[in-house]
Amino acid sequence: MGYALQQLINGLSLGAMYGLIAIGYTMVYGIIGMINFAHGEIYMIGAFLSVLTYVLCTALGVGPTPLVLLAMLFASITFTALYGWAVERIAYRPLRGAPRLAPLISAIGMSIFLQNYVQLTQGARIKSVPPLWQGGVTLWSADDFRVTFGWAQLTVVLVTLIVMAGFAWMITRTAFGRQQRACEQDPKMAALLGIDVDRTISLTFIIGAALAAVAGVMTVLQYGVIDFSIGFIAGIKAFTAAVLGGIGSVPGAMLGGLLIGFVEAFWSAYLSPEYKDVATFSILVLVLLFRPTGLLGKPDVEKV
Amino acid sequence: MTAAALPAPSPLALRLRDALVITVLGGLLALPFIGLVTVEEGGALAVRTRWGAWAMTLVAIFLGRLAFRAALDAWRSRKPSHKSAAFSSTDAVLRRAAGTSLLAVALLLPIFFADNRYVIDTATTLGIYVMLGWGLNVVVGLAGLLDLGYVAFYAVGAYTYALLSTQFGWSFWAALPVAGALAALFGILLGYPVLRLRGDYLAIVTLGFGEIIRIVLLNWTSFSGGPNGIGNIPRPSFFGLPFARSAEGRTFHEFFGLEFSPMHRFIFLYYLIVALALLTHALVSRLRVLPTGRAWEALREDEIACKALGLNTTTVKLSAFATGAMLAGFAGVFFAARQGFISPESFTFSESATILAIVVLGGMGSQLGVVLAAAVLVVLPEVGRQFADYRMLVFGAAMVTIMAVKPTGLLARREPTVRLNPSRSSAP
Amino acid sequence: MTPLLTVDHLVMRFGGITAIDGLSLQVPHGAITAIIGPNGAGKTTLFNCLTGFYRPSAGRILLHEDDGSERDLTRLKGHRIAREARIVRTFQNIRLFGGMTVLENLLVAQHQALARASRFALAGLLHTPGYRRAEREAIELARRWLAELGLTAFADTPAGALPYGTQRRVEIARALCARPRLLCLDEPAAGLNPRESAELKALLTALRDAHGLTLLFIEHDMSVVMNVSDHVVVMNFGRKIAEGPPEAVRRDPEVIRAYLGEEDEEAADA
Ligand SMILES: Nc1ncnc2c1ncn2[C@@H]1O[C@H](COP(=O)(O)OP(=O)(O)OP(=O)(O)O)[C@@H](O)[C@H]1O
Ligand SMILES: [Mg+2]
Repeated sequence: MGYALQQLINGLSLGAMYGLIAIGYTMVYGIIGMINFAHGEIYMIGAFLSVLTYVLCTALGVGPTPLVLLAMLFASITFTALYGWAVERIAYRPLRGAPRLAPLISAIGMSIFLQNYVQLTQGARIKSVPPLWQGGVTLWSADDFRVTFGWAQLTVVLVTLIVMAGFAWMITRTAFGRQQRACEQDPKMAALLGIDVDRTISLTFIIGAALAAVAGVMTVLQYGVIDFSIGFIAGIKAFTAAVLGGIGSVPGAMLGGLLIGFVEAFWSAYLSPEYKDVATFSILVLVLLFRPTGLLGKPDVEKV
Repeated sequence: MTAAALPAPSPLALRLRDALVITVLGGLLALPFIGLVTVEEGGALAVRTRWGAWAMTLVAIFLGRLAFRAALDAWRSRKPSHKSAAFSSTDAVLRRAAGTSLLAVALLLPIFFADNRYVIDTATTLGIYVMLGWGLNVVVGLAGLLDLGYVAFYAVGAYTYALLSTQFGWSFWAALPVAGALAALFGILLGYPVLRLRGDYLAIVTLGFGEIIRIVLLNWTSFSGGPNGIGNIPRPSFFGLPFARSAEGRTFHEFFGLEFSPMHRFIFLYYLIVALALLTHALVSRLRVLPTGRAWEALREDEIACKALGLNTTTVKLSAFATGAMLAGFAGVFFAARQGFISPESFTFSESATILAIVVLGGMGSQLGVVLAAAVLVVLPEVGRQFADYRMLVFGAAMVTIMAVKPTGLLARREPTVRLNPSRSSAP
Repeated sequence: MTPLLTVDHLVMRFGGITAIDGLSLQVPHGAITAIIGPNGAGKTTLFNCLTGFYRPSAGRILLHEDDGSERDLTRLKGHRIAREARIVRTFQNIRLFGGMTVLENLLVAQHQALARASRFALAGLLHTPGYRRAEREAIELARRWLAELGLTAFADTPAGALPYGTQRRVEIARALCARPRLLCLDEPAAGLNPRESAELKALLTALRDAHGLTLLFIEHDMSVVMNVSDHVVVMNFGRKIAEGPPEAVRRDPEVIRAYLGEEDEEAADA
């Protein structure tokens, strides 16, 4: 019982991260109808930037922990968003209207490039930083087992909630949100109505990257260990989350992220940690097989 | 552009400004990764600056952008509309000539380098990549399906032979068809659920599948030996004659009355992969002009039109997927037999990415292009260690650039599978 | 006239939009039927339902076989409609295999016969006489349609490199190579110049008279509709608002309102 509760907490904080990354997949898919294959690497870049900022802050003696966290978020979001923007400009925009395979290959190329770029410039070794916060609240304890909600985990969940709330507000209440939804429904019509479709697509990539950057910061906060290859598996899992929730649906991405987080936590705890990636991947195949529209997605009729 | 309102600046000024903007943006992007680096010092991370490297990056971006723009403009003005060109037959003649001379070089190579194990080994590796490239070309180049886990089928082939030979004493030749069939079966099992869906799903599922196969091989120790892999895999024999100094029966050198030389085996392996590759080539070229192959290409061009003409697109996709998987399975058997040892290390995503890069750089659908691209990608890293480090970086960048400049690939020039008027090339 | 096809209370909804709203109509055998109607009336959607691209939300599409039996096409999946019911279509926005030659396009349309002759590619790989004969026959059929549509000179040219009007003809030739019983053309005259449009009229009548085909086509060009069709169905907002011979439809007050009504709105907007 206590053990299960602990897994629930672990799954929650893990799922929050997958959800944040999954939103980037889902938004980009919604607007250009393509998977952003480089998105996992964008998340990895966000994580590297936050390690860099963390180490810089320590070196410069920046004091209280919340300030460090804010600095990490700020630096990581800024630069990662720039990377997200560049990915769109370089790998996607020149290929509007090209044969359908072209943008996929170009995005794969971009992903390979980014991964190796980080490996070559920052080294292949694991980067690990000391935890920002130690300890946590003990929720439940018995004999020799304690269920704790670590401060880091709590921060992850809180920050995710705040970011999600801000994001939801932006999508539903701002001009950008309206334009974004208009472009999703019908880009030609949106253009006729005076919406700058290119700009909206750029902004979508930027926002997706910013959310992935937050996920990167959360990873550093929670685990403190990253390397250049983390984007690969995290990308596949977050994509699974997006498909599970229903690709194109933002709440779906968050829901899918949580579910994947829980599955992974429980699978690792009760079955076999080595095969946790296999488990998520099987979910992807099963969802595609039996319910390609996901949990919250709309049925997608191919336009002829 | 905003420049429209100003007095028209000279093209050079425009180019300089463009390069400057790109440099500023690129410099910003490079700042945290090239300008700064985290290094481990005394058990903790510390930040180091690399302003020199950063400045060089800026210069490189500036000059690179200028050169790229100039090259692109020149290239675009040279070819005003390549679309209107009919298929020319001189092109085909050139191609045939190139193909024939490559074949001649391939066949004669061991004669000139009979004592040079390094050359023969590199050429054998090249042969494997050519074969893999041709196999993946069926899936990506002809059918237009993006398979990012191609190496998984290669692994299926390799492990099938490794297990059949070490556990059950199967010979290379007996295991070859079985491994091919098994790889094709995996292709069908994996393809069936996803091939009905959009192309990008296939890409990501194959990506995941490649990873899964690797994880399973890594963890299912009792089956695959885990990270230690499988060793002592028997080498192929020359129709029953082993390449050994001495053996129970007769050996290759005894049978032919030669002096024993370890090179015999390497040269035999080389000719074996050349033969397998040629077989692949013959199979793929023949399939291409059959209804199956035409359906693959039609699928790449327009899936909806295929359905409207009564093609079962799922079957068409599965056949392409299974054919590609089977060829990878064959290559895997050869790989295992040649190495004598396999482990999951050899079947990572970067291997899939390399094969994909070969297909993309060579021009999707072009058999000759695959050979040239494989030669560049396999031989260059041998030339210099620095290049080996930067290999994947360059592949990635090249894939992006080629897609932006010429999505059909650098060398792609499609030869029709059939002509109504074979004698003359028609003009529109 | 015996119908070849009966559409019975067909409904097609996309989320909130009802693109086809209880449509019933009959396609007479061996005749040319035109479907007209303002933009967005649901004409292409009807074609998509007929050819299995969309699964209708309700209603039936019945194909009357020669032996008097009927078959509900809404049960039949995508490619099997072209294969078994032999209903073949063209697209409003041309869908050729652009990188392949015209002849190759026409051979893909005969995939069924060729693939059977090649026996899972085995006979093809072995180059058996049976396969060679099938291939010769397929090329011969293609050659005949190419000649009939004046496309012989373009046979070995990539389809994507041809002018627009020629591409439209290639698409029709390709559909004909699939040996259709019912040929559905989605705006075949769109983008054609007057000469090409006149040729199209001649072609459509020839297909009916000389080849005994049943044709169903969507068209906005009234001169084509009035000249060649035997039967006209008028659609608006997913419903049938009129049908009959061309002259009768042309005078129908409901039809005039549907078309003029649009003009009124446009006038009001201006
Ligand atoms: N896949 C789809 N998803 C959502 N709505 C659709 C889809 N296909 C068609 N529609 C809608 O159905 C309605 C009818 O469209 P349809 O293309 O059938 O019109 P049409 O009569 O062919 O018009 P046109 O003369 O312009 O070709 C339109 O409102 C269209 O937006
Ligand atoms: Mg239409």
